[in-house]
Amino acid sequence: MKAIVHIALKPGVLDPQGQAITGALHSMGFDEVTDAQQGKVIELDLQGVDRVAAQERVEAMCSKLLANTVIEQFSVEIVD
Amino acid sequence: MRTAVIVFPGSNCDRDAAHALTMVTGKQPAMIWHRATEMSTVDLIVLPGGFAYGDYLRPGAMAARSPILRAVRDHADKGGLVAGICNGFQVLTESKMLPGVLMRNAGLKFICKSVELKVARADTPFSNKYDEAASIQIPVAHHDGNYFAQADELERLEGQGQVVFRYCDNPNGSLNDIAGILNEAGNVLGMMPHPERAMGQNGDQGDGQLFFKSLLDAVG
Repeated sequence: MKAIVHIALKPGVLDPQGQAITGALHSMGFDEVTDAQQGKVIELDLQGVDRVAAQERVEAMCSKLLANTVIEQFSVEIVD
Repeated sequence: MRTAVIVFPGSNCDRDAAHALTMVTGKQPAMIWHRATEMSTVDLIVLPGGFAYGDYLRPGAMAARSPILRAVRDHADKGGLVAGICNGFQVLTESKMLPGVLMRNAGLKFICKSVELKVARADTPFSNKYDEAASIQIPVAHHDGNYFAQADELERLEGQGQVVFRYCDNPNGSLNDIAGILNEAGNVLGMMPHPERAMGQNGDQGDGQLFFKSLLDAVG
């Protein structure tokens, strides 16, 4: 079983990297881009847990280590 | 004054901190490796600058979960002094011993230069040798020094007078020009600038000396 964790900055937190990406895309002619948010993806391989427990435990991992909840939000996707 | 410097894999200002502490206190600090789970009683623990664990995940994230941090937290809970400098500040926010977080610099560049700071509080164990509102020159060297806290947290921080140092010309986008803060109890300080690099031996004015002399004065 695999857990895919998406971590992104919370709305309202200034994202200078996202702004830089937006600016670069504009300079390349991709004017339809109005905003960009840069986050990270962490894939975890799991064993010995069912889906429900996996969801719960990976959320705990996010709160305790993988995300800094002062500025970041996370979502967890469990896949087989 | 008995002191200790915590050494993480990737710390690179641990020896500078030890040199500054030895210069001011006349005694060498204990150098404590991050895997230690206990340490002898000291008056001051310094979390030094550098790139602990290669800044993996987020600056300070891994170091904040390393074994020695429990001993550092116990020391702080008992009222012991803790100074986190640069990466050490990041470790303190990641471990929730200080509020907020140090984000990527607003200009996205690594900044390495001497900056002017204003001493916002001259009545703390970390700043009592400075004059109130003094301007001092201390170098910064960081990529992630952009202090951020949620609005209510920032308001609490300001309301309780926990900001000790502010940038005169904000280099990194920190909210309210914050360069260094205290915890609520007043015994844990984090700051991005490096006082240990301003000891008057590198053609600088030596404005970092008073930081360490303040601590010596506070402890006795």
